[in-house]
Parts: sequence; structure tokens; C-alpha cells
Amino acid sequence: MRGANAALGAAGLAAFLALGEAVPRLGLVEEDYFPPTSRIADALGTEIADGSFWTALGDTLTGWALGLAIAIGAGIVIGVVLSVVPYLREATASTIEFLRPIPSVALIPLAVLLYGTELRSVLLLVVYASFWQVLIQVLYGVQDVDPVAEETARSYGLGPWARVRHVLWPTALPYVMTGVRLAAAVALILAITAELVIGAPGLGARIAVARTSQAVPEMYALIVVAGLLGLLINVGARSVERRALAWHQSVRGEVAV
Amino acid sequence: MLDVRGLKKVYEGSGRRVEAVRDLTFSVAAGELVCLVGPSGCGKTTLLRCVGGLLRPTAGEVLLAGRKVDGPPPGMAFVFQEYGRSLFPWMRVGENVELPLRRKGLGKARRRELVADALGSVGLADAAGAYPWQLSGGMQQRVAIARALAYEPEVLLMDEPFAAVDAQTRADLEDLVRRLWRERSMTILFVTHDIDEAVYLGERVVVLSASPTVVREQLKVDLPHGRDQVHTRVAPRFAELRTRVYEQIQAAKRGTERPVKSPLPRQG
Amino acid sequence: MRRVLLRLVFVFALPAVLVTVWWVASAGSEDVYWPPLATVLETFPDVWTGERWRGDVLPSVLRLAAGYALAAVVGVALGTLVGSYRRVRAVCEPALEFLRAVPPPVLVPVIMLFAGIGDTMKIVVIAAGCVWPVLLNTVEGVRAVDAVTAETARSYGVTGVAWLRHVVLPSASPQIFAGLRQALSIGIILMVISEMFAASNGLGFTIVQFQRSFAIPGMWTGILLLGLLGFVLSALFRLVERRALGWYHGLRAAARRPGSSS
Repeated sequence: MRGANAALGAAGLAAFLALGEAVPRLGLVEEDYFPPTSRIADALGTEIADGSFWTALGDTLTGWALGLAIAIGAGIVIGVVLSVVPYLREATASTIEFLRPIPSVALIPLAVLLYGTELRSVLLLVVYASFWQVLIQVLYGVQDVDPVAEETARSYGLGPWARVRHVLWPTALPYVMTGVRLAAAVALILAITAELVIGAPGLGARIAVARTSQAVPEMYALIVVAGLLGLLINVGARSVERRALAWHQSVRGEVAV
Repeated sequence: MLDVRGLKKVYEGSGRRVEAVRDLTFSVAAGELVCLVGPSGCGKTTLLRCVGGLLRPTAGEVLLAGRKVDGPPPGMAFVFQEYGRSLFPWMRVGENVELPLRRKGLGKARRRELVADALGSVGLADAAGAYPWQLSGGMQQRVAIARALAYEPEVLLMDEPFAAVDAQTRADLEDLVRRLWRERSMTILFVTHDIDEAVYLGERVVVLSASPTVVREQLKVDLPHGRDQVHTRVAPRFAELRTRVYEQIQAAKRGTERPVKSPLPRQG
Repeated sequence: MRRVLLRLVFVFALPAVLVTVWWVASAGSEDVYWPPLATVLETFPDVWTGERWRGDVLPSVLRLAAGYALAAVVGVALGTLVGSYRRVRAVCEPALEFLRAVPPPVLVPVIMLFAGIGDTMKIVVIAAGCVWPVLLNTVEGVRAVDAVTAETARSYGVTGVAWLRHVVLPSASPQIFAGLRQALSIGIILMVISEMFAASNGLGFTIVQFQRSFAIPGMWTGILLLGLLGFVLSALFRLVERRALGWYHGLRAAARRPGSSS
């Protein structure tokens, strides 16, 4: 069954690539705007042979990983503190509800003024966008702690730290992993956006350069790379999530918030 | 009304071949209440899904009023064990009961009438505006029964409908089924793993073997029509019948090929 | 009464503290990049005049609405199709996974090639970015229709349009809304950056103009307005979601109540 599905998927992918080749060749769209698959593949080959491409990829990954790590750390710590300290959750709820939907791209002009094209510009956007994903899931996860389990732990005299470690954290972990997965995807989007719009070095900036110099196949090749990067991150995050939760009888779905 | 002839169902997948039902033949007369009982895991659910047209049998056929069942026929209504999943949580109780009636091309007024009548019959006239998940498990199963009633089926199929409710609710629901059967002179095929329930409810009990399933014995339940939880269950005849079914099931579990030969005394 | 008072304190205390801190800390600020909050608020009505609301805010919001609506319709329709057929799903899944993984902002330069720099480009960019979360979540939701639910519908002859309308779409709606929520934040991002790239009006365009001309208080008002817009859209979304998924939240709450373990 799985083999058959993989074969069908491969066929679908092949058809997708063939379509990309045929549509411009048949003149259905302008070849200058939409180069056929083979030309994109050519350009991709040239890119891979180019050292500066790898530097750009490294820059993007650095911004992504660093921003994501900061967001995850801050999200978990703040989330746990907010839920453990009495009244803090209630007191911060309205502020979180207000700050969370603020689009991180609103900070672009500020980032430009403060940090120009430095890495810190990218980090500002990445951290702001992905922090909320983690925080919200942590808050939901802690809320899901079974009061009976919590009271049992209390009745056996477990201290606050032991309760966090043995009751709260295991319950919240599935949610945290969901938050990390969502944050990983968002972080990539914002890293590339920052590079594309602000011009911080990385894949996004390289795409912007390709665009202004009318190097259309190269631009497509870089977009394919960005897509593959996104795909790797999604698949990787999902498999980490599954592995971390293998012990959990029901890998929970994400909360619709 | 309902004829099952030589029914056989084999599941095949990923190199494994599981024969769930080997060779089943039985029939249900119009207006009869028949209980199918068998050891757990004996393919009762597979059988009922074949009868209801939800599964295609590997061999044999099911006839409803002389017509071959080939996909879910309009003359059958199904009550599932998992009421929580069988009722649509996004629809209110009234809408849940009404949805299948749209297929029948009835006018809005007629539909509303049927819904109100069915909900009234199961004692939930006031619950039409509630969501299923606002009701208790027993009430939810009443809603599922009301949906089947409103559909006005020729045959009502019930797949272990009371397996997931508590004992008291279960007794109430059993009496509800008996009452509805008598009031509406319906034909009911009721699957259960509970021997007492089968004997208490049925006019006839069909005892199934362990999987791969065949009919082990058919037993007429010669208890009076008017039954009640207090008196019927302590009647000597009830005890005899349930012992008889119990022995058959135990033998089926052990895999004895021949039926147990303890003669069942005729009621004097 | 005390309860209500306490709730009000919880809702307003921290925001009040934060605004006060900002106000006090920035008062008399000489730093060009961090003007006093008082100055920013004074500038607000001067910058966001009726003219600007009509000429910049409204076009931005309309483009967002058009692109988002397009993405929602296409995403749900295609997602239902793909999700309903196992083979179609197997064929499309890898290609869709790839397309979903492409960071949506890189669509801007591509779509500019085809659609120029007008409204069409921006609407298409927004739609092209928003469609994937909707589509893939719809596929998941449609695929996950409960087996007993499906059998019930089949046994009662609920098929065709009724099956889609009364069973599949409602049953998938929690996932569809999860996708729509992700799409909303992507949509706002794309609305802003498509205007930062090439535009002659719009919120993103205006904010970048302020930044480039070092009209810093103006830029800050733009950031505030954008934040406010994000907040309002998210609140609106929540309102719609509460109405549409009332049954789902009730069901979840009922399932969490002790004693209803069935």
C-alpha cells in the first residue's frame, strides 16, 4: 500500500515537472517569465557550483536557526512561568491577545532603521513571529494538565519544581512540539522575507538580485531551493515531533486557537 | 422480509486472508424481532454491515423483500453502537433526525411531523434544539433510534446499540425497543453479545459460532409478548433459555463443532 | 460585582502599565528612532486623515480581502476534491507538500513577472500564498471524516451534494478554520510586502515611504496602525470562527468534562 502510494506520488511529481517543461515550450506562457523545468534545473546546477550560493544558504540557515532557538527558549520559559505563577496568566492574557496578531512585517521599517541589513534585522522579525507560536501552544498545553494528576502530585508532597518536571512538562510536551513545528515554518518565511525586503544577506537577497538583473531561471532555481528548504524543515520537524512523542498514546492534533 | 443466503465474507489485504463469515443462512419474517448473539469477535458486525449493504459480501446474497441488497437500501435503517460518532455533532438533534428524510423527497411539513413524532416516541420531544453532545449517552442513543424511526424503514438493524451505556440506562433502552417494536410492528434485527439482552428482547435468538461464523442454533423465545425487567428476568423459562444460549456460546468459544445435545424442554 | 471588577483589573492592568512605561520612558526622548509616545499619538490624526484611509488603508484591505477570499474558495474546493479520493491524494501530495513549503514572500517577484505591479499582482500574490494552508488543511479534514460517521451517512442514503454539505464540510470545518487562520497571517504579511516591493498606495507602501524619508513619528503611527489592523482582523476571524465552530468547542468541552468518557 505504501509502496503504491509512493509510486503514485512519484508519478505526480514527474507530471508536475513535465508540465513545467511543456507549458512554456508550447508557448502557453512566455518563456521569459516561466522558464521550462530543464532551464531551471540548469540554473540550479550553476548555482550549486557557485560558492556564494552556499554562503547565502548558510546565512539564511543561521538567521533561521538562531531566531528559532531564541523563540523556542523564550516561548517555553515565559509560557511555563506565566502558567505556574498564580494570576500571571490572567493578567497577561489581554496583552498577549493584543500583541500576538500584530504582523511581524510591521517591524520591517524599524528593523531597517535600527540594524540595517545586519543579521539582527532578520532575528528581530524571526523571533517576533515564531515566539508567539511556541508561547500559545505552551499555554494551551499547560492548561491541559489533568487537575486530578496535579492534585495527586500535590497530595504526595511533590514540590513545585518536581510538579513542573513530572506532571506539567509531560502533558505540555505534545503541544510544545506542535508549537516548535509551526514556529520552524514561520521562522523560515520571515527569514526569507527579511532578506528579500530588507536586503540582509541570504537566499532572499540573492532572489532579489536575480530579479533586478532579470536572471529569471536563476530566480526560479533559488525559489526551488527555498521550497526544498521549507520541505526539509517541515518533514524534519514532523519526524522530530513523532519521535519525541512516540511514548504518547495519542499524538494530539494542534489546538485551533 | 429479510433473507440471508450463504453469506460469506473474506477480508483480503497485505498478503493476509481473514475469513470472517463462512456461510450464513437465516431469515427474518416481517414484523419479527430477531436477536443475533455470538461470542465476542465472531463477525457479528461484519455480518450486519453486509446485511445493511455497507459491505459487499464475498459470496452469497442478502434479500430485502425479495430484492437483492446491493448498497444501502432505502428500506433499512441502521443504529450503531458508537452513538457519539454516529450522530453528527455539528447538527442539532432535530436536524440529525431530519437529515436522512431529505433523500425521501418529503415536504418540509411532513418531515417536521416525522421528526417530532419520532422524538416524542423515544421521550425526547423537548430535545430537538439541543446538540447531541449536550445529552447523556443513553439520550444520544435514543436520538439515534429516533432517527431510525423517522426514516420509516422496513427493517431496523441495530449493532450492539447498548454496549456503551450503563446498566440502568440499558434496561430502559431495552424496554424502549420492545415497546417501539410492538407499537409500530417493525421488523428488527438486533445484534448483541449479551445473552440476557438477546433472550429478553428477541422473539427468536440466532446463536452464531466463533469466527469464521456460521449459524449454530436458532431458538424461539416463547416468553409472553408483554415483558418487563422485574418479572421476565426471574421467570423460570427465561432462565432455561438463557442457560441454553449460554451453553451454546461457551461451546462456540471452545470451538466444539457439534451443537450441545442437552434437550431443551418444550414449555408445558 | 467584585468578580467583574477583578476581571476588569486583569484585562486592563498590564496594558495600562506597559503603555505608561512606554510613555514615561520615551518622554523627552532625543533619540530620532524612538520618538516620545506622546509625539507619535499626536502625529496619528495628522497622518491618517480621511484621505489616507480612503487612498491607502482601504485599497490594502480590499486587496487582502479579495486575495484571501479567492484562496479560501479555491483551497476548500480543491482540498475537498483531493481529500475525497485516495489516489488523487497520493498523486498530488508530494507536489503539494513542496508548493506549501515554498516561503510565500518569494512569490512576489515571480508573480510580478506575470502580473506587473498593479492590483492584480497583489491579489494574486495574496491568494497564491494563502491557498496552501487552506488546501492542505482541507485535505486533512476531509480525509479524516470518521468511519462511523461515514457509514451512518451511507446507510441513510446521504450522498452527493448532501454528503458534501452536511457531512464532509462540517466535519472538516475545524481543520479548514485552522488553515484559514494560518492563511490570514500569511495574507497580512503578503499584503504588506507586496506593497513594499512595488506600489503607489497602500499601508506597506506608506510606511516604507515614511521610513525612507525619515519621517519617524509617521512611521511609528504606521506600525501602530498595522498592528491594530492585525488585531482587528484576528478578532473578526475569531468572531466568525466562534459562530461557525460553536458545536466543535462545545463538543471538546463536553469531552473534557469528567464522567463522559464514552
